[in-house]
Amino acid sequence: MDFTLTPAQEALRKRVRAWLTANIPADWKKFGLSEVPRPEAYDFLRTWQKTLHDAGFIGLTWPKEYGGQSLTFVEEMVLQEEMALQKAPPVLNILGVGMAGPTIVAYGTEEQKQRYPAKILSCEEIWCQGYSEPNSGSDLASLQTRAVKDGEHWVINGQKVWTSLAHIADWMMLLARTDPQAPKHKGITYFLLDMKSPGVTVKPLKQITGDAEFNEVFFDNVRVHERHVLGGVNNGWAVGLTTLMYERLALGFGLQVRLRITLESLVDMAKRMEKNGRAITKDPVMRQKLAALWIDTEALKYTGARAVTKLLRGELPGPEASTGKMGWVETHQRLQELAMEIQGPYALLGRGADVAVDNGAWQYSFLRSRANSIEGGTTEIQKNIIGERVLGLPKG
Amino acid sequence: MDFGFNADQEMLRATARKFLENECTSEFVRARMAEDPGFTPEFWTKLAEQGWLGLVYPEAYGGAGLGFVDLTVLMEEMGRAVMPGPFFSTLLGGLAILEAGSDAQKKEWLTKIAGGEARVTLAWTEPNARWDAAGVTTTAKASGGGFTLSGTKLFVPDAHVAKALVVVARTREGKNPEEGVSLFLVPTNARGVSVKLLPTMDQTRKLCEVKLSDVSVPAGALLGQKDSGWAPLARVVERAMVALCAEMCGGAQKVLDMTTEYAKIRIAFGKPIGSYQGVKHKAADMLVDIENAKSLTYYAAWAVDENVPEAPLAASMAKAYTSDAFRKVSGAGIQLHGGIGFTWEHDLHLYFKRAKSSEATFGDATFHREKVAQLINL
Repeated sequence: MDFTLTPAQEALRKRVRAWLTANIPADWKKFGLSEVPRPEAYDFLRTWQKTLHDAGFIGLTWPKEYGGQSLTFVEEMVLQEEMALQKAPPVLNILGVGMAGPTIVAYGTEEQKQRYPAKILSCEEIWCQGYSEPNSGSDLASLQTRAVKDGEHWVINGQKVWTSLAHIADWMMLLARTDPQAPKHKGITYFLLDMKSPGVTVKPLKQITGDAEFNEVFFDNVRVHERHVLGGVNNGWAVGLTTLMYERLALGFGLQVRLRITLESLVDMAKRMEKNGRAITKDPVMRQKLAALWIDTEALKYTGARAVTKLLRGELPGPEASTGKMGWVETHQRLQELAMEIQGPYALLGRGADVAVDNGAWQYSFLRSRANSIEGGTTEIQKNIIGERVLGLPKG
Repeated sequence: MDFGFNADQEMLRATARKFLENECTSEFVRARMAEDPGFTPEFWTKLAEQGWLGLVYPEAYGGAGLGFVDLTVLMEEMGRAVMPGPFFSTLLGGLAILEAGSDAQKKEWLTKIAGGEARVTLAWTEPNARWDAAGVTTTAKASGGGFTLSGTKLFVPDAHVAKALVVVARTREGKNPEEGVSLFLVPTNARGVSVKLLPTMDQTRKLCEVKLSDVSVPAGALLGQKDSGWAPLARVVERAMVALCAEMCGGAQKVLDMTTEYAKIRIAFGKPIGSYQGVKHKAADMLVDIENAKSLTYYAAWAVDENVPEAPLAASMAKAYTSDAFRKVSGAGIQLHGGIGFTWEHDLHLYFKRAKSSEATFGDATFHREKVAQLINL
């Protein structure tokens, strides 16, 4: 057991720290430090990600030949920790960086690997994820969007829903049924879909927050060339699961770090707020709740570090790897609820009220956090996965 | 960075598991619960032969010279077997001597402890049930070149089978209660020491009341500097707490293992109960609690081994989380077993009771969350 870093890793930490100090734009604070990219920040975040990319501070674990740095998860962890400490803005192309890129590197043809990953990192091309459908959410393998072969092309018809960032995305990771006769897991193919293709219609959905961050996407005879199949025809389930594994590992990493940023902001806010004439942080009950969140956030970090150690040693991830998403969801939702509790009646106000705390940013993130236990696999599905795949309990 | 155990540690785990499966069966545990000593001399000799009684003491004092990460592995396995007896209390006494004692005291006592010839426990807490320095009211007054100790110590583990006690006593009154605390090594057969064994809820842990009535000890009984005993005591407790957390993690993991095995074979409404989400999801919650408890405990073990500034925070975070986790997990284990889990015959109650006694030892989750709040400057 050893938590010390190599001299090269320490040097990286110093370099990242100095760079962030010099390069995080001062006007970033006006967007309210949200961990979710909000529409008014899209342009700013595009530029931010490009700046990060130019400095070589994104995609550290990706192979050099495809735009990355061929470093390990330790360097990635160092980077993420520094970003957390300095409350850096989030990455806009998060689905590309967290999911599409690693999956293409894992399954792509050489042509695909040359074509996509580098533009994902530089934010030249934004990605969205076409998995869920109106009748296929948790039971994803029952998806009905069809792809039928026509010469060198596949013709896609159907609908996706809850598609985050589809309204600004250039590409979609699309799962479609290519063999309706096969068992449901075996007839699905993973496509890389150009969102500008004729027949693709994106309709924004207004959410509980009032923002339209996700969408319905309709496919009406959309033609996709066969070279845009990823990982082979009818192999989409395996490829899609890989994406989800990356989502839960790599993305989970970033989530954990952003949780720490949000927690620090919460503590800052708590120190400014009063209850019965004294600072919230001097109230014994509130101290208990804040300390519990602190402990849970640290626990998630170290559980993540145990999973990373397994990867570095070339071992398979153990039970600790499967708990990250669930643990993060529970902790983050509790954090957001506490943010409201701390504000007392100020919790009633929203963005635009000049006396609202932090310009109503907490009200937005409180509402947004309700999606956490649904998106990327519901908590109930995560518990099924842990129960069945980790504990070996029988399927229902 | 490497946050995992090495090959030697994995070997220690395998050895300990095999040894305890053979030597510390449910029958053995239950027999010890029913008797006053809580251990057998044969069993104690075997622990000494394995080198476990001196695992974390330097080789110069008869120990194995290993660290708290190694001890974590061993304590996890002992927790898994819900091992009874004075192992943990002897660790407390030994750590106090290691932390505060002179070279001669360490040589004499740690060698005996490691060899299984002597057991030493820590007599700290009092009827006021406080974990802070203000709770130390037992007095030690200078007299005739030595000291005279008076007071009552409560919740003293295994004093009835200890050769000596490390007594925490007040040698000076002052504004800051942490100043004026001293540690003394007091033989249990000294005149004026009376030890009463108390019935406990967790019968695998024996606790005593120790009365000190004008107990005279020579100047050489002082461990470390007079009036400066609080700092070494705090370090002892911080380290012992990490070991206790490891023991709790091992116990919690065993409860989850028992519960998943049962959920696979117990049939209700024509199907194994583990196929129902009401059961499966609870089991998943247990796993999440255990994995996080392990993560915080392992980190704390590394932190105390390396003496990093964050060690007190790491130990309190681990104790807060693990105390809640083991209690919840052992309770859920009983719930998922149904009626059989509530019987004396089934082993689950041993873990449930151990969870509660470990939770209350050295401060529960609420106590340590407040400590965390202080340490992160809330």
